[in-house]
Amino acid sequence: MVINAVIQVTIFSMLVTVISVPLGRYMARVFGRERTWLDPALVPLETIIYRICGVHAGLEQDWIEYSISMLVFSAVGMVLLYGIERLQYYLPLNPQHFGAIAPDLAFNTAASFTTNTNWQAYSGESTMSYFTQMAGLAFHNFVSAATGIAVAIAVIRGFVRRGGQTLGNFWVDLTRATLWVLLPLSILLSLVLIWQGVPQNFSRYVHARTLEGPEQVIAQGPVASQESIKELGTNGGGFFNANSAHPYENPTPLTNLLELIAIFAIGAGLTHTFGHMAGDRRQGWALFAAMGVLFLMGTSWAIWAEQRGNPQFAAMGIDQRATVMQAGGNMEGKEVRNGIVGSALWAVVTTDTSCGAVNAMHDSFTPLGGLVPLLNMQIGEIIFGGVGSGLYGMLVMAVLTVFIAGLMVGRTPEYLGKKIEGREMKLAMLFVLIFPAVILLPVGAAVATKAGLAGISNPGPHGLSQILYAFTSAAANNGSAFAGLNADTPFYNVLLAFVMLFGRFLMKVPVLALAGSLVAKKAVPPSAGTFPTGGATFVVLLVGVIIIVAALTFFPADALGPIVEELVMHAGKLY
Amino acid sequence: MAKAVRLWEGKIVRTALVDSLGKFDPRLQAHNPVMFVVEVTAAAVSLILLRDFLSGRGSQVLFELQIAVWLWFTVGFANFAEAMAEGRGKAQAENLRKTRTETPATLLRDGQEVRVPAPSLRRGDVVLVRAGEIIPGDGEVIEGVASVNEAAITGESAPVIRESGGDRSAVTGGTIVISDWIKIRITANPGETFLDRMIALVEGAQRQKTPNEIALSILLAGLTIIFLLVCVSLYPLALYGGSALSLPVLVALLVCLIPTTIGGLLSAIGIAGMDRLVQHNVLAMSGRAVEAAGDIDTLLLDKTGTITLGDRLATEFIPMHGTTAEELADAAQLASLADETPEGRSIVVLAKNQFNLRGRELAHSEAHFVPFTAQTRMSGIDINNRRIRKGAYDQIMNFVRENGGTVPSELGPIVERIARSGGTPLVVADRGRVLGVIHLKDVIKAGIRERFARLRAMGMRTVMITGDNPLTAAAIAAESGVDDFRAEATPETKLQLIREEQAQGKLVAMIGDGTNDAPALAQADVGIAMNAGTQAAREAGNMVDLDSNPTKIIEVVEIGKQLLITRGALTTFSIANDVAKYFAILPAMFVLSYPQLQELNVMHLATPQSAILSAVIFNALIIIALIPLALRGVQYRPLGAAAILRRNLLVYGLGGVIIPFIGIKAIDLVVAALHLA
Amino acid sequence: MRSWTAIRMTLVLTILTGIAYPVALVGLAHLLFPRQAEGTLVWRNGHVIGSLLIGQNFASARYFHPRPSAAGATGYDAAGSGGSNLGPTNKRLIEAVRSRASALREHEPGIGHGAIPVDMVTASASGLDPEITPAAAEAQVPRVARARGLAESTVRSLVASYTRGRMLGLLGEPRVNVLELNLALDDLASNSSSKAFR
Repeated sequence: MVINAVIQVTIFSMLVTVISVPLGRYMARVFGRERTWLDPALVPLETIIYRICGVHAGLEQDWIEYSISMLVFSAVGMVLLYGIERLQYYLPLNPQHFGAIAPDLAFNTAASFTTNTNWQAYSGESTMSYFTQMAGLAFHNFVSAATGIAVAIAVIRGFVRRGGQTLGNFWVDLTRATLWVLLPLSILLSLVLIWQGVPQNFSRYVHARTLEGPEQVIAQGPVASQESIKELGTNGGGFFNANSAHPYENPTPLTNLLELIAIFAIGAGLTHTFGHMAGDRRQGWALFAAMGVLFLMGTSWAIWAEQRGNPQFAAMGIDQRATVMQAGGNMEGKEVRNGIVGSALWAVVTTDTSCGAVNAMHDSFTPLGGLVPLLNMQIGEIIFGGVGSGLYGMLVMAVLTVFIAGLMVGRTPEYLGKKIEGREMKLAMLFVLIFPAVILLPVGAAVATKAGLAGISNPGPHGLSQILYAFTSAAANNGSAFAGLNADTPFYNVLLAFVMLFGRFLMKVPVLALAGSLVAKKAVPPSAGTFPTGGATFVVLLVGVIIIVAALTFFPADALGPIVEELVMHAGKLY
Repeated sequence: MAKAVRLWEGKIVRTALVDSLGKFDPRLQAHNPVMFVVEVTAAAVSLILLRDFLSGRGSQVLFELQIAVWLWFTVGFANFAEAMAEGRGKAQAENLRKTRTETPATLLRDGQEVRVPAPSLRRGDVVLVRAGEIIPGDGEVIEGVASVNEAAITGESAPVIRESGGDRSAVTGGTIVISDWIKIRITANPGETFLDRMIALVEGAQRQKTPNEIALSILLAGLTIIFLLVCVSLYPLALYGGSALSLPVLVALLVCLIPTTIGGLLSAIGIAGMDRLVQHNVLAMSGRAVEAAGDIDTLLLDKTGTITLGDRLATEFIPMHGTTAEELADAAQLASLADETPEGRSIVVLAKNQFNLRGRELAHSEAHFVPFTAQTRMSGIDINNRRIRKGAYDQIMNFVRENGGTVPSELGPIVERIARSGGTPLVVADRGRVLGVIHLKDVIKAGIRERFARLRAMGMRTVMITGDNPLTAAAIAAESGVDDFRAEATPETKLQLIREEQAQGKLVAMIGDGTNDAPALAQADVGIAMNAGTQAAREAGNMVDLDSNPTKIIEVVEIGKQLLITRGALTTFSIANDVAKYFAILPAMFVLSYPQLQELNVMHLATPQSAILSAVIFNALIIIALIPLALRGVQYRPLGAAAILRRNLLVYGLGGVIIPFIGIKAIDLVVAALHLA
Repeated sequence: MRSWTAIRMTLVLTILTGIAYPVALVGLAHLLFPRQAEGTLVWRNGHVIGSLLIGQNFASARYFHPRPSAAGATGYDAAGSGGSNLGPTNKRLIEAVRSRASALREHEPGIGHGAIPVDMVTASASGLDPEITPAAAEAQVPRVARARGLAESTVRSLVASYTRGRMLGLLGEPRVNVLELNLALDDLASNSSSKAFR
């Protein structure tokens, strides 16, 4: 059975690698405004959009202007979504006649989708009208992803351009990311998903009379169109409450594989886009390799932990072995068609990135199995990462790595020939600092207050894991949850909304400032004394720095959550 | 001055101990966020201790007392490290101060000699210094030539020549004229002299954080804030699990996690780096320049004096048909007897070495020397009816033809061959007869090739600048092993070349001594002026090499790199240490609420208290243990960057993970044995 | 100026990605894959009896049973999907699994004191898992055969023919669709009964 796990992971890894290379090159062309084969269809549309919106495509922006454009655009979108949620009763495509969404939940959801988090404190099929799902949520799935890609491209420009002040034009990057990258891929993926059984309709919920007699109401909707962008844009907001565990969202092993690839594709491609734009493809491959190593580490760990199962079950004579007849392992909160490998792999992929879609319930994972997605988010979702955010997060880690490595080879640290000095360090550290701040402080607040503790559904150390997971997921803009936590309360809705907003925008702005600071620098040509950032040593060091920074920051919290739970579980203690 | 100070010199240690007490002043600590946090928390724990002591909550007092003491020690050890580094600098400065005597100076005012005290001299004053007198201040020789003993600042006892006009006109206050006399125009006001600046530099009085140090401080401050967040949030998290953590325990964790090792040693490393530079007789005007030296991509070198010995020397006599080599050597020696140039002297020496021809004392009556003039462009001797001349090919040919001779056909090819090989052909003739050719050659300094290879391994490109023609330059470049050369260079070439390299983003170092080097020295990122050079050059550069040794750049670069490597290594070490500290402290913190966490106590530390205490003690002692490394610096080897990194990662990264496990366990054994906790 | 651009850009992209894109896909889906687009529904005698992709509850001994479901109050609520979200050290999880296990030992002759396939006692992630493992199907064969008066081998071969292997032998896990299998069981019954009548 180990063999099958290896085969499934290998197939997935190879497909991602193979797809990422041409996709990365394609994106480099798209954002370099070079010719692509989609131009005949899209350039006229692009021109019309610029004309309507008053965008001067030739005009480039410095980092401040770029940031402001990004922030204003996000703010407008957030207000629009809030409005749609509150007014959905009066809007079309609401066959189930769902009423207005409560203000705190509407605010939380607006923040959640604007920040590419897709944290869902609601249950889709019993809350959101089709119109809200499409025009409100799926729209954000596109533009929050496009915003992430745009920022990543701007940051890459900061690293690779030699001199100048500007990082590109936000409106152009946004439009091109949507039209050239996200829309075509989404249409393609949607069609395959529909073929495999994912519904795409505006029908009322179906009332079925089951074989044994009772009625079963089956939720419907335009699922496929939202499913594809939710994975491609690493958004993760499920059409249904059960997200990609729902057979309508992810009905077959093929859809499971394709959705997994879709989650990784753009993030992985962007590493190569970086290599192309830097004019040195090894630079892209180095980041890709570091991400790949971390991905494989997490995947093997998660599969191992989940396959081990729950020792309490074993004591009851329950068969958790993997045989030809069953996947075995800890099947609580997992689907048979995905088994252990498909579920654990998904849990890793969805948290390596900022996706947060789930095909199994992380809350029911074994403690060490659930620690993997938690750790993935704690290292900042830089393993291919959220579209865009993964790459620039990784670039910040590369800057830190190069700084320490550069010192140790006796040279002022430089990355791609650009010297890392006080200002860069300040911005990089700000980026690194904000993240634990917006996780640890609210977690502390939540476990110290009644309102926070009230949300816990699994007592004992697992309850702490639930809260820790929630804020980590929000800060990292992931959106997955230890979903037992009852988070649809004013306390959690509001606090988590702010954490999501801080986790997104307080980190995007410093990283754009970093790019703005680097873009003006002259690049030093490499010499024998320069630490090469395209090689294996760098990859190993980068992986080491990433793990150490995250481990040192979150080890105490994790020790009191998943780690201690693992130990007490084996000691037979229940809560 | 140049002598190295012993690491644990008793006097320095005693002074440092006293000085480190003064450094507890929070206003001073505030410059170093990491140690400031330690001091603040140490104070907080002390207050808690006081409260518990007064309220009689006995059980934890002994434990809290020990924590508090070791926290104060942590700060103290860091203070001590800094004081040690400063103390070593002060010891150097002390040596220097002795030379700054209050000698009277002979001021020339309106042609009158006036005795004034040296400190009253101002820029622009002209003084006269005679043999045996101490030069009263920095200045430029405007008249006269004298040999000067500069041992006071260079440590080199052999006297050097200082004369007006040339590139050896700068003198330094505190040095002694041992023969002849010179008139000096003073160029520095009291307090601004070279010696003053040197004293200030080695004492670290004007030390400002270098750019890289600032960047590293930001990293360390960031890490400190992260760990503060970790510890602050840990309190409610622990409470959730049923453990109420006490402040001393939380502080212990915090102090162990924040990078105190590098935080405590950071300024000592910087001071010690400057100090090492001074020990190599190089004076950097700023720490920034030292750091930049580690980053140099391109090094510009003057051919003359740097790569070659500076003067062309005779290496071979090539006679014409019908003349023996000895005959040629004899004539050449005769013609050179009165030639005091190095070239002339080298001919005399070569003839003596090859043919045992002795230099002869010739009376003025029988011989008439013909000196070299710009018009004739040849020199020689008229003796006993012989008219021997040596000079460039064209001139000697004219001379031969004037004397009715013919030029042998073999001469042309010989001359051309010598020129092509980078040498200078000197043709010797007696009236109408060409005797042969002397091959004058630039002699490459011994060991220079190896030094260039070392520079290359460091990642530096060397470029030779010479006024020679491209042919000659190429030959010398090939022989010496420089990476590139620029022939037929004018003084402006250097400036232009530096700008070209800088436009490509490269950092350029240059070594120079002459007045016309000053613009280039100023333009270069690292400009090293020779102490023997002109005052203009010394002012323009950002470093001065007191030994006037052009290959000193290697040491400077190594010290620059060493500085960064030491910082990086200790940062890595400091962070890697945290792994073991977590394993020591965390299980101890929560063992009451979650006894299962005992499984993480991989070191099997005796009790929760001893675990925490041992980690804190280790954290403090490691600072002391690493003082020698901080002061001496991590050794630099000119390997490739990747190789250096792998080595340092292994030693300081992996070592940093492993050593505290051993150290904490050992301390725990002691603590347990002594029943301290 | 910037705000106007932002507002206009928001509206344009909302129309493009939030309305045009899904509406166009609804059209395309109904053109190309009409059955799937409407949710792969199963019709019997003119009314919908469920979806092949959505698990439904079976309690009768005559049918194969699906996995425990935490969707909705009574399980298999297809308008309220979700898992139990019980953690591994939660007493309620262990109690639930224990009671399921003892019920199975009581009612499944195929299990008795043997090992119970883990998917039979654990709730699925969606609460709508339409499938069970071949092991879980095998464990139910004796009961179903007995309840329907069929030979175990008949039922077992029916299970085998409705067992789906891994995709290309590599991806996913082997599984049996419960609704499909139960429909086939009913078909088997009606076929044989119609034979008897003839």
